[in-house]
Amino acid sequence: MLEGIMIGLSAAFSIQNLLMVIAGCLIGTFIGMLPGLGPMSIIAIMIPVAITLGDPTAALILLAGVYYGAIFGGSTSSILLNAPGVAGTVATSFDGYPMALKGEAGKALTIAAVASFAGGTIGAILLMIFAPMLSTVALLFHSAEYFALMVVGLSAIAAFAGTGQVAKALMMTILGLILATVGEGALFNMPRFTLGLMDLQSGISFITLAMAMFALPEAMFLVLNPARGATGKSSEISNLRFTKDEAKIMAPVIGRQSVQGFFIGVLPGAGATIASFLGYAVERNIAKGEAQAEFGKGSVRGLAAPESANNAACTGSFVPLLTLGIPGSGTTAILLGALIALNVTPGPRLMTDTPEIFWAVIISMFIGNLVLLILNLPLIPYIAKILAVPRNFLIPFILFFTLMGAYIGQNNATELLILVGLGVVATILRFADYPLAPLLIGFILGTMLEDNFARSMQLYRGLDFILERPMTMGLLVLAAVLVLLPSYRARRARRRAEGVADGD
Amino acid sequence: MALDRWIALVFVVFCCIYGYLAFFTMDHLLPPFMQRNPVWPSTFPKLLAIGGCIVGLVVLLGLEKPENESEPSASDINYRRLHEYNLGQALLLIGLMVCYALALRPAGFLISTTVFLVAGSFVLGERKWHVMVPVALIAAGSIWYLVQEVLGIFLRPFPYFMGV
Repeated sequence: MLEGIMIGLSAAFSIQNLLMVIAGCLIGTFIGMLPGLGPMSIIAIMIPVAITLGDPTAALILLAGVYYGAIFGGSTSSILLNAPGVAGTVATSFDGYPMALKGEAGKALTIAAVASFAGGTIGAILLMIFAPMLSTVALLFHSAEYFALMVVGLSAIAAFAGTGQVAKALMMTILGLILATVGEGALFNMPRFTLGLMDLQSGISFITLAMAMFALPEAMFLVLNPARGATGKSSEISNLRFTKDEAKIMAPVIGRQSVQGFFIGVLPGAGATIASFLGYAVERNIAKGEAQAEFGKGSVRGLAAPESANNAACTGSFVPLLTLGIPGSGTTAILLGALIALNVTPGPRLMTDTPEIFWAVIISMFIGNLVLLILNLPLIPYIAKILAVPRNFLIPFILFFTLMGAYIGQNNATELLILVGLGVVATILRFADYPLAPLLIGFILGTMLEDNFARSMQLYRGLDFILERPMTMGLLVLAAVLVLLPSYRARRARRRAEGVADGD
Repeated sequence: MALDRWIALVFVVFCCIYGYLAFFTMDHLLPPFMQRNPVWPSTFPKLLAIGGCIVGLVVLLGLEKPENESEPSASDINYRRLHEYNLGQALLLIGLMVCYALALRPAGFLISTTVFLVAGSFVLGERKWHVMVPVALIAAGSIWYLVQEVLGIFLRPFPYFMGV
């Protein structure tokens, strides 16, 4: 391994590759900041550039830098505009945006930068240690377990949506799953629920839905109630520092979530998105009393947890790509395509055949995280200037970027009409206090969930896989417990309260 | 009945329609060799329709009691105060977005974007034309350059009759 690290160091520290890391991080941050352009679209756009480089090491380093930059930039727009361009930073907006509303946008951005840096660095260290080992763990998972794992993920997200809201969150999850069935499924090649419309043949685009669920309602609320955005705008983004006490609160959160996020990222299908949501949920459950009540209202823990988890998971998602040649997420799937175009086949033999690629990428992750921290911390006051733009100009621009994000992805004007329609629906749902994140997660996981469900049904000729695979069974039971536990707890608490009243 | 339960009712109806489509309209299209499969394209939607109806009914009938009903704060958005809000502006902006979607292809990116940005600010009450128009023009031009020339995604800049 030491030899490999040496090879990686010498490759990563060449002038060309250092420039690639810096360029990738910068491009990623700036484009990722625009709501709607997530890492997937940016990497897809950068592929022609990377391929013309001709050198697979440099290309992969560039694309990985873009990936980190985009996740980092995405959290910036989540915090400042509540418009996450990336599913992985949706959880960041839960506490980041309230913080910005309180006038602490500078602090929120710093915390996000530090947490991302720590998450990415710890993730890269873990990648170095576990990349060879973890491939065996991931190999144990069959489609039945993937199916069960995704069910657990969805129920966990619904269960942690809030007290007394589990049914509503489940409803939104199912709506997301239903929306995901529109269009041609991967396994059947049969158009479903397209209502005969050609434009729905390829399904609803994730970016359109994300825009409609988060950016549009927020912009509409800003229009409806001008008082809403007034508080955050007035303050100067001067106070970038967080206090020593806050650092003390953050440190264990970052440590836990970096490790947890990394391992979730390793599992294919469960990438940065699940890692950040689960990280948020776990920290909220661990927190006690006042600290727990603060979640959703600008909690330091609630911001640090998803930020470190999603960056660690990004690193983790490279494990199956580099060791098995299986992409764990949409983004790594695009990376896989780029590598194949460069005549490199990722897989178990990558480490032995072309160690310079494998190790240079890992070393460049450290450099990339450092670049993000050094470049972005000083840039934060300038980035945060977005909040000082007058509302009358800002809102048309948010709406415009939302429309552009949906349009660029599909190059289809009908997509814009779908966006507006879904945006109106989302605004009404927000009015009625329905959580929208489960809808989006359900939508993202819907296709994979159905594919794995169908594959295990085919392999076991029916539902037998639930009984025959103990791991699947266990995971499904866990999912059921997660959903039913909150209402059981609430019922027990109510009974106890009634009992006391009777006794008196 | 509160708004969230109305939505649940709509959702249950939606699931019923979805379930009807899944149960009664999809399977006869299936080629015979696929009918021997244990899983059909309609299997997962059927499960979803049933699950959706159950969960929707739970919300509709209010089976899950919220633990503590906290009073919504003043800064929070609340549909009961909808009439106090700038509803007209919001509806105008939505209309503007629809117009933009319809005009983007025929009128070209530069014109429709400039008009959209200026009209958007206008609807929100901005009257400083000497700021609005240049800002919109510069933004439309630079974004077009970024998308088309740097990123290489085609965006028709001018109206369709100008031939680009």
